[in-house]
Amino acid sequence: MAESTMKAPKKRIDPVRWARENLFSSWHNTILTLLVGYLIVTSVGPLLNWVLLDANFQGSDPSDCTGAGACWLFINQRLNFFIYGFYPEEFQWRVDIMFGLLALSFAPQFIERFPGRKWLGLFGLTGLPIVGYFLIPGGLFGLEEVQSSKWGGLMLTLILAYIGIIASLPIGTLLALGRRSEMPIIRGLCVVFIEVWRAVPLITVLFMASVMLPLFLPEGMNFEKLARALIGITLWQSAYMAEVIRGGLQAIPRGQYEAASALGLGYWKKMGLIILPQALKLVIPGIVNTFISLFKDTTLVLIIGLFDILGTVQSTVTDPAWQNVAVEGYVFVAFCFWVFCFGISRYSQNLERKLDTGHRT
Amino acid sequence: MGKPMTEQTQTPETQSSPSTDVGKSDIIRVEGMHKWYGDFHVLKDLNLTVRHGERIVICGPSGSGKSTFIRCINRLEEHQQGKIIVDDVELTDDVRQIDSVRREVGMVFQHFNLFPHLTVLENCCLSPIWVRKTPRKEAEATAMEYLERVKIPDQANKFPGQLSGGQQQRVAIARALCMKPKIMLFDEPTSALDPEMIKEVLDVMIELAGSGMTMLCVTHEMGFAKTVADRVIFMDGGEIVEEAPPHDFFTNPQEPRTQKFLKQILQH
Amino acid sequence: MKKQTFDSKPAGPKPWYDPRVRAIFFQVVAIALVFWGGWVLIDNTLSNMESRGISTGFGFLDESAGFGIIMSLVPYDATMSYGRTFWVGLTNTLLVSAMGVVTATILGFIIGVARLSSNWLVAKVSLAYIEVIRNIPLLLQIFFWYFAVLSSLPSPRQSVDVGGAFFLNNRGLYVPEPVTQDGFGLVWGGILAAIAAVIGIRIWAKRRQLATGAIFPTFKVGVGILFLVPIMSYFLAGQPLEWDLPALKGFNFGGGISIIPELAALWIALSLYTASFIAEIVRSGILSVSKGQTEASKALGLPNGLTLRLVVIPQAMRVIIPPLTSQYLNLVKNSSLATAIGYPDLVAVFMGTTLNQTGQAVEVVAITMAVYLTISLLISLFMNIYNRAVAIKER
Repeated sequence: MAESTMKAPKKRIDPVRWARENLFSSWHNTILTLLVGYLIVTSVGPLLNWVLLDANFQGSDPSDCTGAGACWLFINQRLNFFIYGFYPEEFQWRVDIMFGLLALSFAPQFIERFPGRKWLGLFGLTGLPIVGYFLIPGGLFGLEEVQSSKWGGLMLTLILAYIGIIASLPIGTLLALGRRSEMPIIRGLCVVFIEVWRAVPLITVLFMASVMLPLFLPEGMNFEKLARALIGITLWQSAYMAEVIRGGLQAIPRGQYEAASALGLGYWKKMGLIILPQALKLVIPGIVNTFISLFKDTTLVLIIGLFDILGTVQSTVTDPAWQNVAVEGYVFVAFCFWVFCFGISRYSQNLERKLDTGHRT
Repeated sequence: MGKPMTEQTQTPETQSSPSTDVGKSDIIRVEGMHKWYGDFHVLKDLNLTVRHGERIVICGPSGSGKSTFIRCINRLEEHQQGKIIVDDVELTDDVRQIDSVRREVGMVFQHFNLFPHLTVLENCCLSPIWVRKTPRKEAEATAMEYLERVKIPDQANKFPGQLSGGQQQRVAIARALCMKPKIMLFDEPTSALDPEMIKEVLDVMIELAGSGMTMLCVTHEMGFAKTVADRVIFMDGGEIVEEAPPHDFFTNPQEPRTQKFLKQILQH
Repeated sequence: MKKQTFDSKPAGPKPWYDPRVRAIFFQVVAIALVFWGGWVLIDNTLSNMESRGISTGFGFLDESAGFGIIMSLVPYDATMSYGRTFWVGLTNTLLVSAMGVVTATILGFIIGVARLSSNWLVAKVSLAYIEVIRNIPLLLQIFFWYFAVLSSLPSPRQSVDVGGAFFLNNRGLYVPEPVTQDGFGLVWGGILAAIAAVIGIRIWAKRRQLATGAIFPTFKVGVGILFLVPIMSYFLAGQPLEWDLPALKGFNFGGGISIIPELAALWIALSLYTASFIAEIVRSGILSVSKGQTEASKALGLPNGLTLRLVVIPQAMRVIIPPLTSQYLNLVKNSSLATAIGYPDLVAVFMGTTLNQTGQAVEVVAITMAVYLTISLLISLFMNIYNRAVAIKER
């Protein structure tokens, strides 16, 4: 077959033409461009000054913040508190190990061709929580015990979001299967459970966990505050997870169920081997998105008195020793959350696009 | 079933003699079967006997209930009245009986219904491993054997999404055969295929028919019916309208409804 | 053959192998477990409450609350009952939710459309807005507005003064309050008459179009009537409206309507946050209408405006409305973050102070959850009715 020698004319990138097409295509577009441009120019300058040029980075206490800009040395000074809370400094290596393992399990997920990234991910979902269960609280294998009331900062935020997701995955799966069950009572119970949790705000759930849970339990049995918050978060998150997974189950064509039945597979084998593997793969983006919202929602635990990253910052900016550093503190936390959430949401969007095009023909 | 069952020998290739020796080599018996969807009466008083090794083609206009009928035979659809007896097992509410029937009956669907998350080989091995509890090695060897028979052993490690429609349908046939079924059901196996792929699937089915497999095919491929079928069954409005050997069926249909149907599909 | 044993038994299958029997068994077990669990919880709770000396029942709702609330839409003072605090909290929740829904919708639609603008700069700015705002926790944004922005505003004496009518300071935003005088009834009448007239014209215009094909400019005429008739009736009645301007009295402002900073911070944060989600919904709703639809409509000779009105928007709204309502629901639930900055919403007043004072956790939590459940059920009910109404009929 002879290759055609004719090629499509290359479109040359001409900045003037580009600007005319995209910025000044009509008189109202021109006005809009000028207006928005003016706003950007007038706000970016002072912002840049505040964040970088006039900002204070050096020093050790509030009196060193002499410039007109941001007082970043405040973040620098309290960084340890923001990351580890009250976790004793000599044991912080244990937390660092967990941070490292977490990064090792999930960072490769962003790299397409990383060898064995599936196994690392699987370790992150199963092995990692077990390692953390022994490492962070300690008390076993000669590790000094660190009470959960001393945990805080970024570390606590990650623990809450991570355990919330891991624990709600199996519960949510069962609830989703229950909601699609042919047994009316099972289905009804699952629907009621899911809809009640989804209807109420997380704060009420947290209040309930911290105030009512002690009443529910037999006398003498009690959980620490963190454990109670985790129970509340898990129940609440399971309901959302169930709905995400149900979406995946619904997307599996009926033919798959029928083919599995025709091959003689029973209910649990059919679900475990054929339906769930496909459905869960389909809803990974959805699961990642619920993780992002849970990650943001964990900040609410400061209302019941736990010191997550926002809690540690909030308690510092109201500290009389540091005055007028609220904006710096909030910008710092916002930046931390933004980097996490934006990065993860990009990942899930990529996945979505891949699931959309590949796989099915 | 009131009839006492005596020990039978498996006679794979029964000659198509008139059905006088009822009970001896029957593998499927449907007696007075009815089915409703809500108030809609889909299947009306169906009676059918299929002998070992018999090849039956079911045809009829769309909505005539032919697919529903063969889906009742492995209980993908539930019937409400009458009896279905497959390989001496009656299909009732007993899950063990449903399971044992499904083990003996293979099915091929219109839309293939391969499992997209498993490779071709895994598709074929899945059921032997988990239902028949065959060791993996053995199951894989069997699977390769059948993939060879449907002429696509080289695709064993690909995923279904990477194959053409005709190849997928041949994998689906191999997958069903891996359970070593006694009966194969085909539910319009070629109607979702592009014209150039129909032949490769029909060739596999013809080869299978030659090996003595009991087959029930819902299909519109009249050429296939003429060359392979022992009997052609024409259904309309949920009833069996006519049942005849292919030669009689195509040259001398008795019922006006059959004549009308044949006229419609054979003229262009 | 080996399976004949089943076959020769004319009786039905053994009960354990009948899926129907199994289903009933499982369900009975499930019910039993739920009841047993519920009973254990209730039993534990009752004995715990007894040992702690907490009373039970809803009698506390009639007791005097004895605490003040900084803002209430219904008349309230500290001598009133706990039942009253419930209503104060509920109305405050509904107020901030309603305000948030309105502003978030307007802002969200604008940003969503701007995201698809042909103007590169506008599209990128709205993209940046969406990506920044929705990836930052709402609570943090509320804190930012409340602690960082609003509390750094000047004190009442140095208020930001806009035309002597609007004042902004660290105690809140003060705006003039309209006070209706005698004869304002005529203006209300004018407004009602205008609405009725527009509806009438619309029906008449539709009928006429169906009969004769002539198109009446309903929109322009309707807008004209809606503005002109009330304004005319206002002047006819002798301008029966006065403004109560806020004024500095001592250390604080009096008169006018005041928006306390707690409400303002919550309102701003809820609106901005929810708008970023609504913008994405609007964008994907508009994109979901396939290009083929626009092309087909243009091929039929419909001009751009009509294509948008008759083909694109009706289809896009079908996609937009369901997630939009769930965003509204989220906004209502998120308004409970009020607790963190002390805006007296239902959770802060009732689940917070009232619960702390009475100790009757079970009753208070149950009532609060029931309120949110009711709101959510009502919204989904309307949602389902709407969905049924607009669903595209398919085979």
